[in-house]
Amino acid sequence: MKFSEQWLREWVNPGIDTDELAQLITMAGMEVDAVEPVAGDFSGVVVAEIVSAEQHPDADKLRVCQVNTGSDTVQIVCGAPNARAGLKAPLAQVGAVLPGDFKIKKAKLRGVESQGMLCAGAELELNEESDGLMELASDAPVGADLREYLDLSDKVIELDLTPNRADCLGLSGVAREVALLTESPLADAPVTDVAATIEDTFPVSLEAGIGCPRFVNRVIRGIDISRPSPLWMQEKLRRSGIRSIDPVVDVTNYVMLELGQPMHAFDLAKLSGGIVVRMAKAGEALELLNGQTIEMRDDTMVVADQEKAVSLAGIMGGQSTAVSEATTDLMLEAAWWQPLAMAGQARGYGLHTDASHRFERGADFAMQVKVIERATELILAICGGEAGPTVDTRLDEHMPERPPVRLRRERIPRMLGFDMPDAEVERILTGLGLGVSAADEGWEATVPSWRVDIAIEADLLEELARVYGYNNLPVSHIHADLVMPARPERDLSIRKVRRLLTGRDYQEAVTYSFVDAESQAAFDPDLAPVELQNPISADLAVMRTSLMPGLVRALAHNTARQQHRVRLFETGLRFLPGTDGLEQRPTLAALITGRRQPESWTESGDLVDFYDLKGDLESLLDLTAAPGRFVFRAGERTGLHPGQTAILEREGRAVGVIGTLHPQLQAKFDLAQPVYLFEVDLAVLLDAALPAFKELSRYPEVRRDLALLVDKSVSAGELLANVREAAGTYLTDLRLFDVYEGKGIDPKRKSLALGLTFRDSSRTLSDQDVNKSVDQVIDLLIKTYNAELRS
Amino acid sequence: MENLEQLANEGREAINAATDGKALETLRVEYLGKKGKVTDLLKGLGQLDPEERPKAGAQINVVKQELQALIGERKQALEAAAVEEKLAAERIDVTLQGRAASTGGLHPVTRTIERMEDFFGAIGFDVVEGPEVEDDYHNFEALNIPAHHPARAMHDTFYVNETTVLRTHTSPVQVRVMESEQPPIRVICPGRVYRCDSDLTHTPMFHQVEGLLIDEESSFADLKGIVIDFLHVFFENDQLSVRFRPSYFPFTEPSAEVDIQCVMCGGEGCRVCSHTGWLEVMGCGMVHPKVLEYSNIDAERYAGFAFGMGVERLAMLRYGVNDLRIFFDNDLRFLEQFR
Repeated sequence: MKFSEQWLREWVNPGIDTDELAQLITMAGMEVDAVEPVAGDFSGVVVAEIVSAEQHPDADKLRVCQVNTGSDTVQIVCGAPNARAGLKAPLAQVGAVLPGDFKIKKAKLRGVESQGMLCAGAELELNEESDGLMELASDAPVGADLREYLDLSDKVIELDLTPNRADCLGLSGVAREVALLTESPLADAPVTDVAATIEDTFPVSLEAGIGCPRFVNRVIRGIDISRPSPLWMQEKLRRSGIRSIDPVVDVTNYVMLELGQPMHAFDLAKLSGGIVVRMAKAGEALELLNGQTIEMRDDTMVVADQEKAVSLAGIMGGQSTAVSEATTDLMLEAAWWQPLAMAGQARGYGLHTDASHRFERGADFAMQVKVIERATELILAICGGEAGPTVDTRLDEHMPERPPVRLRRERIPRMLGFDMPDAEVERILTGLGLGVSAADEGWEATVPSWRVDIAIEADLLEELARVYGYNNLPVSHIHADLVMPARPERDLSIRKVRRLLTGRDYQEAVTYSFVDAESQAAFDPDLAPVELQNPISADLAVMRTSLMPGLVRALAHNTARQQHRVRLFETGLRFLPGTDGLEQRPTLAALITGRRQPESWTESGDLVDFYDLKGDLESLLDLTAAPGRFVFRAGERTGLHPGQTAILEREGRAVGVIGTLHPQLQAKFDLAQPVYLFEVDLAVLLDAALPAFKELSRYPEVRRDLALLVDKSVSAGELLANVREAAGTYLTDLRLFDVYEGKGIDPKRKSLALGLTFRDSSRTLSDQDVNKSVDQVIDLLIKTYNAELRS
Repeated sequence: MENLEQLANEGREAINAATDGKALETLRVEYLGKKGKVTDLLKGLGQLDPEERPKAGAQINVVKQELQALIGERKQALEAAAVEEKLAAERIDVTLQGRAASTGGLHPVTRTIERMEDFFGAIGFDVVEGPEVEDDYHNFEALNIPAHHPARAMHDTFYVNETTVLRTHTSPVQVRVMESEQPPIRVICPGRVYRCDSDLTHTPMFHQVEGLLIDEESSFADLKGIVIDFLHVFFENDQLSVRFRPSYFPFTEPSAEVDIQCVMCGGEGCRVCSHTGWLEVMGCGMVHPKVLEYSNIDAERYAGFAFGMGVERLAMLRYGVNDLRIFFDNDLRFLEQFR
């Protein structure tokens, strides 16, 4: 909603300046989006008349005009296509200053002298039109200062109204608010009944039920549509962002801006038989005023005549019955379209109009007759003609109701935190147009037809708070019982996980939850991801089933910017389609590449490998209740190197994956160095242990080391698990402290070095005790792994 | 007794000239050992007159003690010098950078959410999370936004299908809390939210923290109190001006937008605040009775308030970040500024 400040002041004129007015309106809940001057900053521009326009001798596109400035006749060279004798247009005289501090001087254009500049609207920042001179009315007084003539010492106020305030989509509604807020007098709506001078009516039949319970129409005959709308009307429309079209359309727009009720004028001659308001037939075609032809759905209401649909109800009129230069007889329409029936209709056809905007939010159901009277008066004044009677066709059983609303006095302090005096309550509600009467425990308020948003007590409390001023309401602190909440020590905070990773030199990333289908398929080709119906782009079209694609993309972003050492982690949901529906699983993923340490005098420049990342993951597992329940098993995953991937299992269930990015993907993302990734279900990491103290042994520990050769294919993890079991209860620690393959040993074999530590809590272990354990281990190694012991 | 004085002088010189512990030990034996020169003199006392013996004995003992002490001192001095020399040889350049000195950091969004969780946690708010692919009921319907409500146009919703959306706010988590718990309720719901909008100042995903309090006694004045406190604590500025502007959300009534005095220009007017001196930072309001009813909470007995804010927006203002989209580029040069 955009309007001229002066127009508002015709309704209510508080003694405050523009800024204060804007502030006041904003703080009452109608946010002022912009306050702009109605024209650019210029001076020295007058109304001038082109007396003659001759072709420039040396330039095809220029004309040499003799221009009457009121006091003189000057020669102006002008390139505008509409420069013609008889036209009145703004003239920036020599010495004038146009917006942008553009000074007008005498000039020669292609050898012909020009004493000023005839202006287009855009050059004066009056409008956007720059393809010709601004055409002023034929009765514009030649010589008059343009600022004075157009009354340009005005501002345009633009409101960004919330959807509940349909009542302020007309100037009268905004004025009502301002009057209440400033306790200023409010002018009456300029509505006078225009008596019929002819008998003509046009029959109306309402067949859309609750969707349209009221349709007011009136016939006007014998108008002269060639007459221009008066300057004041054109200017008010312009300041509201609406172009002047013809006097009839201008009047309907003007009245809508003034009183908030959209209306439509049909060319009566093009209507056949009578009006029927009905549902459209599925597929029924209608060519709209904007030239677009739509095929309608059967939940759409139309205004039709006996033959065809003539208007898309409450949204836009039809082309076939539109007012044109040839129109002499009109049918004016003002209807009330039910918001629910209008909801989504315009959008469904890709439309959004001033009318649909208002009807969707809820128009005043008592305004229809008034706007017909107002429009009739204006049309007759401009175009002449004779009006028939106003006909109000209604379906009373479907007319909206505004049941009275109860307001309990005690609710005011309860909800707003203070006692508002009764007189203030009544002043505010009355000022908003509500009827207020005393009732049990407070008041009963009747709701005016224009306040579609007031239906319950909370609505009234909001109005009290809003008008009283949110910032005038008290501030207090909530009181509550101090009850200590449970904080289970076994629940590991995700914060601890994050801190561990940042402590290990990872940066946290946040990537989009949607990725492109191709990256998605690079890791999970067998999952059908959740697709968005209306993605922002193909790049962000499917919900991720893995955090890995996002991290790899983040890596690629960084390597493209010369960042070669990257360590990232992310936590967030994965969206996993399953037979029981979609699972949204909290997940942690991490990625490393590049040097193990930043370049430094202490570092050799070694690159990270699989075991760097695995060590970080293991350190996370160490935070959990039982790290021993996790097993890394060699496995495969699309997108990862088939020989360098492990599935993380907990008690036989896969809970994560770790591996090297597949060399093909590495190449595809243009990554020079190997990349290592893991992804793990967050839930398994957040299951922590409650520490349980064990007595410290007073007896010494015994360490034995074993060196052995086994086949290269032997899984160290599995071997260690078996050794641990075979060693018995005295074993307190088991380390694999060396792995060697290569020179000096059988090329099919590898050498492992184990360190076993034994201790008992009740006695010093004898050599015999330890030997027995070690022998069991050796026995296992030989029998199960065909190991060869080295001494 | 002239030889005593001469012996003492010789001893003194020899001790002072010794350069290591070994030489000192030799001197000790030479003078003070069982067969040493001073010991010999003591042994020779018996040959003197009985009257002279005490005096001569005393004189020899003085020399003996003096030489003993001198040897001790010299020994300490030599040891100290040796230590000193060793230490000097072990000097390192302490200004060289330490080994493996780098540390990662949290994303500024997480950092900001954690701060908010701490502020509200300190006054008894629990942190609750919920699904991001959400049903229409929890995202809209239960929040008093029926199908085709004009407010839906404000949301630019991503649709998965006709009845499933990417949540446009974290309010559906609050609905889920209200469905499963009875008041008093004090929760905040941080998380990712999605709007189908992408330009300089919008990303299709961002983060919100929304709060909900429902109790028998809770008023708009309490809401104002908690919001003002939060903003003062968040920006660490007790003088920060905060204003409440009437607005409209279908799920609260009265509803307010919260503006703070621009933290970039102190309210003077700048590009960030579009020269208004104010920045819109939050929305809030009293929970609409219909929302309580949807979740079977007695709207007569209980009242509550809700508030919500964009995490990136507040992080930008807090840390002076001038580009929203940079939050999701994951550029290390950006992330590393938030260690």
